[in-house]
Amino acid sequence: MELLVDLLQLSIYGIVLGSILTLGAIGVSMIFGILRFAHFAHGDLMTVGAYVGFSFLALTGLPVWWALPAGMVGAAATALLVDRIVYQRIRRTQPVILLISSFGMALILRSVVQLIWGPQVYSYSSDIQRPWRIGDITIIPNHVWILLAAVLIVAALHLFLTRTRMGKAMRAMSDNMDLALVTGIPAERVIMLTWLLGGALAAGAGVLLGMDSRLTPTMGWNILLPVFAAAILGGIGRPYGAIAGGMIIGLAMEISTLFIEPSYKPAVAFVIMVAVLIVRPQGIFKGTL
Amino acid sequence: MSLLAATDLHGGYEGADILKGASLRMEGGEIVVIVGPNGAGKSTLMKAIFGLLRIRQGQILYKGEDITHAKPEQMVRRGVAYVPQERNVFPSLTVQENLEMGAFLLDEDLRPRLEMVYALFPKLRDRHRQPAGLMSGGERQMVAMGRALMMEPQLLMLDEPTAGLSPRLIDDTFDRIQEIQALGIGVLMVEQNAKQALSIAHRGYVLATGANRYEDTGPNLLANREVAELFLGG
Ligand SMILES: Nc1ncnc2c1ncn2[C@@H]1O[C@H](COP(=O)(O)OP(=O)(O)O)[C@@H](O)[C@H]1O
Ligand SMILES: [Mg+2]
Repeated sequence: MELLVDLLQLSIYGIVLGSILTLGAIGVSMIFGILRFAHFAHGDLMTVGAYVGFSFLALTGLPVWWALPAGMVGAAATALLVDRIVYQRIRRTQPVILLISSFGMALILRSVVQLIWGPQVYSYSSDIQRPWRIGDITIIPNHVWILLAAVLIVAALHLFLTRTRMGKAMRAMSDNMDLALVTGIPAERVIMLTWLLGGALAAGAGVLLGMDSRLTPTMGWNILLPVFAAAILGGIGRPYGAIAGGMIIGLAMEISTLFIEPSYKPAVAFVIMVAVLIVRPQGIFKGTL
Repeated sequence: MSLLAATDLHGGYEGADILKGASLRMEGGEIVVIVGPNGAGKSTLMKAIFGLLRIRQGQILYKGEDITHAKPEQMVRRGVAYVPQERNVFPSLTVQENLEMGAFLLDEDLRPRLEMVYALFPKLRDRHRQPAGLMSGGERQMVAMGRALMMEPQLLMLDEPTAGLSPRLIDDTFDRIQEIQALGIGVLMVEQNAKQALSIAHRGYVLATGANRYEDTGPNLLANREVAELFLGG
């Protein structure tokens, strides 16, 4: 009985973590689908989003949830800027060069965050939340809001990808780059949009992660591995797969703490990622890896 | 003025030229067929015309305008549509989304154009919400052609539209191509089913090692003993 309660409790944490991972993994997956490289700076893009949201709150005094749109705008702009200054110039070289550049970009973004905001830890809100109790299960109100926000963001993305001309063009380009060119789809515009969306989603993950715990300059970098595990598990290049991948990795990481030290959580994601790469590298949804 | 006139094209991929003096001419509303052995450069010639390759020497005129170095997007805007030999649909997009992508460059209500394509390929109407990747080879070919027709082109370029299809579907495809031609659209196609293709062609070209070997009307090429022996399998 106690085990069941623990399992349920951890599942709730797992879903919350999973929804955060999902937002990051969708961006990683979309960027891979269209630009064919693993974007290692994605975690630090999350950090940028979280901090921009924090500063927006500090400057305006608006309620906490305004950090989300503000962070999304900030990280989207950052992502686009980084593409225009760095990635766009080397896009025609080999993917491995882009990958290593994005690793360098990760270090740069993290340093810029440290430079602007310093090494100290911030919180969006100092209020202590009174948890809700349902039987033996406790639910932290913030967790409900985090999940709800993630669901809304994913739903909005889904509508964009399936209902708008540019959204369909994004999926088309991810499906078949050569045919997109032949069809007259403007590749450069689609790529810019991919960065805007990828950046906004990263900020979504970053801000929600900040609401769940606190803001540190390494918060995004630390979660990059599970985000990649989620993207690969879902089938890299398949944004919808990233949802399943994110949830599975999130649940596995939290539930693993029943059996092993919580500090090994990232290792659980790593083990799943390696196992997927060995057994089924295309992921659950037949990605393009 | 010819719809399309390519003269003495030289070019290819990185490395040595594949095309070594290929030429081609077609009038509006004609069916023109390119045949020739595997590796002759037929697909390469199509790509060169559509602006997918660097042309080192030679000239391409479309309705009298120089398009030798035009990019694919400009070709689409001018009214040329191209269906590649392979990987010619967006597999995770639905049939209708594939068609919509064909007219991405247009800012208008696409329904009349969708109707035009569905009238030509009624099967696509029934399957319009199905992902193109889940369809059979014949249906995918219809999606690919439909996508190309969405811009209502004046020139439709098809690279082996019947490859891998059953004899019944091959007949069907040639019927469709004739219907498309009857709409006033010029069709330039590469075909392996050479006899059947030449029998509906106004003009035909036999391409070998990147250059023209024979060119004539479809019926004349079919009647040519040399061509028949060397390229049409007796
Ligand atoms: N993408 C490519 N890169 C380099 N060489 C190519 C490429 N595609 C085709 N070729 C070469 O060009 C030649 C002509 O090919 P292709 O035009 O596809 O012939 P066909 O369509 O007549 O069978 C072949 O020798 C082929 O190996
Ligand atoms: Mg070919």
